[in-house]
Amino acid sequence: MKITIEIKRFNPEKEKKSYYQKYKVDADPNDRLLDILMVIKRRIDPSLSFRKSCGHGVCGSDAMVINGKEGLACKTLVKKVADKEGAYIRIEPLRTLPVQRDLMVDQKKFFKNYRKVKPFFINEKEVSEKERMQSPQERKKIDQATKCILCVSCYSACPVIQKENPMYIGPASIVQAARFIDDSRDNGFDQRLPELDSPDGVWSCKNYFFCTQVCPRDIQVTKIINMTKKKIKDFNN
Amino acid sequence: MIHEYEAVIIGSGGAGLYAALEASKKAKTAVLSKLYPIRSHTGAAQGGISAALGNVEEDKPEWHAFDTVKGGDYLVDQNAANILAETSVQAVYDLENRGLPFNRTPEGLIDQRRFGGHTRNFGQAPVRRACYAADRTGHMILQTLYQQCIKNNVSFFDEFHIVDVILDQKKCGGIIALELATGDIHIFKSKAVLFATGGFGRMFSITSNAYANTGDGPALLLRKGVPLEDLEFFQFHPTGIYGMGILITEGVRGEGGILRNQDGERFMEQYAPKLLDLAPRDMIARAIMNQISKGKGIKGDQSIYDYVHLDATHLGAEVIEEKLPEISDFSKTYLGIDPAKKPIPVQPTAHYAMGGIPTDENGRVAADGKGSFYEGLYAAGECACVSVHGANRLGTNSLVDLIVFGKRAGVEMAKFVHGSHFLRFPKHPPKSGKALIEKLKENRNGPQPEKIRSQLQKYMTEKVGVYRGEEDMQKALTVINHLREEYKKVSLQDTNKPFNTHLLELLELGNLLDLAYATAFCALDRKETRGAHARNDYPERDDKNWLKHTLAWLKDDRVSVSAKPVDIVKWKPKPRKY
Ligand SMILES: Cc1cc2nc3c(=O)[nH]c(=O)nc-3n(C[C@H](O)[C@H](O)[C@H](O)COP(=O)(O)OP(=O)(O)OC[C@H]3O[C@@H](n4cnc5c(N)ncnc54)[C@H](O)[C@@H]3O)c2cc1C
Ligand code: SF4
Ligand code: FES
Repeated sequence: MKITIEIKRFNPEKEKKSYYQKYKVDADPNDRLLDILMVIKRRIDPSLSFRKSCGHGVCGSDAMVINGKEGLACKTLVKKVADKEGAYIRIEPLRTLPVQRDLMVDQKKFFKNYRKVKPFFINEKEVSEKERMQSPQERKKIDQATKCILCVSCYSACPVIQKENPMYIGPASIVQAARFIDDSRDNGFDQRLPELDSPDGVWSCKNYFFCTQVCPRDIQVTKIINMTKKKIKDFNN
Repeated sequence: MIHEYEAVIIGSGGAGLYAALEASKKAKTAVLSKLYPIRSHTGAAQGGISAALGNVEEDKPEWHAFDTVKGGDYLVDQNAANILAETSVQAVYDLENRGLPFNRTPEGLIDQRRFGGHTRNFGQAPVRRACYAADRTGHMILQTLYQQCIKNNVSFFDEFHIVDVILDQKKCGGIIALELATGDIHIFKSKAVLFATGGFGRMFSITSNAYANTGDGPALLLRKGVPLEDLEFFQFHPTGIYGMGILITEGVRGEGGILRNQDGERFMEQYAPKLLDLAPRDMIARAIMNQISKGKGIKGDQSIYDYVHLDATHLGAEVIEEKLPEISDFSKTYLGIDPAKKPIPVQPTAHYAMGGIPTDENGRVAADGKGSFYEGLYAAGECACVSVHGANRLGTNSLVDLIVFGKRAGVEMAKFVHGSHFLRFPKHPPKSGKALIEKLKENRNGPQPEKIRSQLQKYMTEKVGVYRGEEDMQKALTVINHLREEYKKVSLQDTNKPFNTHLLELLELGNLLDLAYATAFCALDRKETRGAHARNDYPERDDKNWLKHTLAWLKDDRVSVSAKPVDIVKWKPKPRKY
């Protein structure tokens, strides 16, 4: 079917303002949106800029705003966002981060926040056995959080970061912290506490649930944030 | 801009990151990667990483080594395979100790599952050797290693794309890279350089590989006169999602999944009566193509693009959700199929390069087949060829390869830089990388790169695929050669300096063309069938003439080959039955 893709474009080197450009393309309802972007880039307009790599939703390169909602272009099928001949799909870069060019945003701030929560395993005790023991139930507790691919979707969708507190470390950082805090083998809770238990930490979250809605890995982000809040409260009491 | 680091690592997949962790302990180290580190394709690995832990049943490194040798159709260097099998046990514990969330047994140990070609007691029956974290094992390895690099303050240069290497005779003095953000060229002077740039499945049209898997490292070195080993051995994974190539892990069959043809028959009974659906990948990919050419594919049109069914419906929704959640997600997302209810349509997909930059067990790059080496030049991971995979890699053995040989290369580099000096730097560093870019800019109205790319992928898939024959490969070579000529006329259509992803894609295409050319050449040259290299005109393995590695050289734009001996210390070649 024929559809129109409308892409927000901006090249700070050359242009003062962003603008929307339309491309008419042939698409199969089962195509990935990334397939369509590739057709545009490789056959129509090589200057269109975006990131991509794995092509199947596991590397986190191609998060963007699709019809107003964050998602991975490679995990969004055309039929999910364009239902009929002549349909429009509007694609914009992620919010809350500076645009580098077209659909590419500068992720420095996101990764800086990520690093703040000490996103690595902390347990300096020597291992006496070969592996640290962990029951399947304990392992299951961190399953959700370990799925995060740092795609930035939640950070972009968060109304707190957008409008209230741009310094909020953001949902993904808390998910990453929880991945370790809830790991029965880790004991770095107090080292992570100062960043988490602060106005720019978990307390910034107002339960808008947008992060959970957009997460392409189906992580219950808001729930994890709330559980982390509870942990911190319990610890402080 | 000029930088100076004792050790430079190119690539931040499993191999590069592990090497970085080791090298940075003792040497000033930089990691360059064209992707953000956690976007590397190691993150896509699904099924598992093998080590003879013996957590769920008896197992021994010796059995693992034997399976690796036999799986590789005896083209494996056996000392290296022993190192792989023995070191993997501690390597997996190391990952666990650094936080990797493996699935667990009820007792709390690392759980293990079956995988193709991994057996107990030298081929008796499948053994549970693959350690796994659901079907996200690679994601967890990549995350864990990146987290450790953060912990240890490793220096990263993200989105730096290497375009050239500085070689003075047989000594390496650094590299040249293009920074995506600015379009600037950077020179990194260095005493030791490690290539860990991953695979190059993108030379085929149906592939499990990422867009970024374009073999930049090997292609660059090939053009610099470094030989590449065993390029003719490219693995086609039997189960890629039909039409897309996205991988469906062998773990599905490890958990009991069955391949079926049009009539619902479990056709592997005819090809590997003992291991059935858990036979090595090369055999299963051939079995599928066989079924298809007999008209037993699901469509029955006998085209190489037909498919078969992977049936996991009897495993139950619970096993699928617990152990194969990603697969379930992929098949729901891309096919609209719930694998607990309906079989998954699959076809062979270009998956893994057994060949690559020839190295010894410490990552040192070989300069020929006679035992001489480059100084200060290293390689590890999928872009390298140690060779532990021989003519066909066993599932789960690549992740082992990354951490075992990535680590060893890092250790070796740290040792090397202490006794050595920076190369006296040439007054005029090589211009070739830059020249390439300049040339692309000069060309006017050249052919469309996309036409070149799609032709290349089509010919590689159809003529240098699961089955290959003389005439087909001749044809492929002629076409690829023509495409390489066309490529020289291609013009740069986006001339902006910052964030020029179009330029990077053009450079990648050039790399794929050279590698594909050498691959087709080596495949045409090897007149036997061994592992993943299946010739319909030479259907038997020929140990008398071909029990040797191939080294391919590129000189004056033409490929030539020479031989490198196989290290056979323990197991003499035997017929390969499963
Ligand atoms: C879908 C899939 C599933 C798999 N599952 C398994 C499994 O279950 N078990 C198993 O053992 N193996 C598996 N494999 C194989 C295994 O995952 C890969 O072989 C392995 O991860 C490769 O790791 P690497 O570190 O060599 O390269 P990669 O992880 O691919 O990393 C390459 C790095 O090099 C960088 N790079 C490339 N070119 C340049 C350049 N020009 N300049 C700068 N940087 C560059 C990239 O940015 C990247 O960081 C799987 C492979 C695929 C595709
Ligand atoms: S939590 Fe989900 S949306 Fe946020 S970065 Fe991780 S994967 Fe992306
Ligand atoms: S390209 Fe990797 S997540 Fe989309």
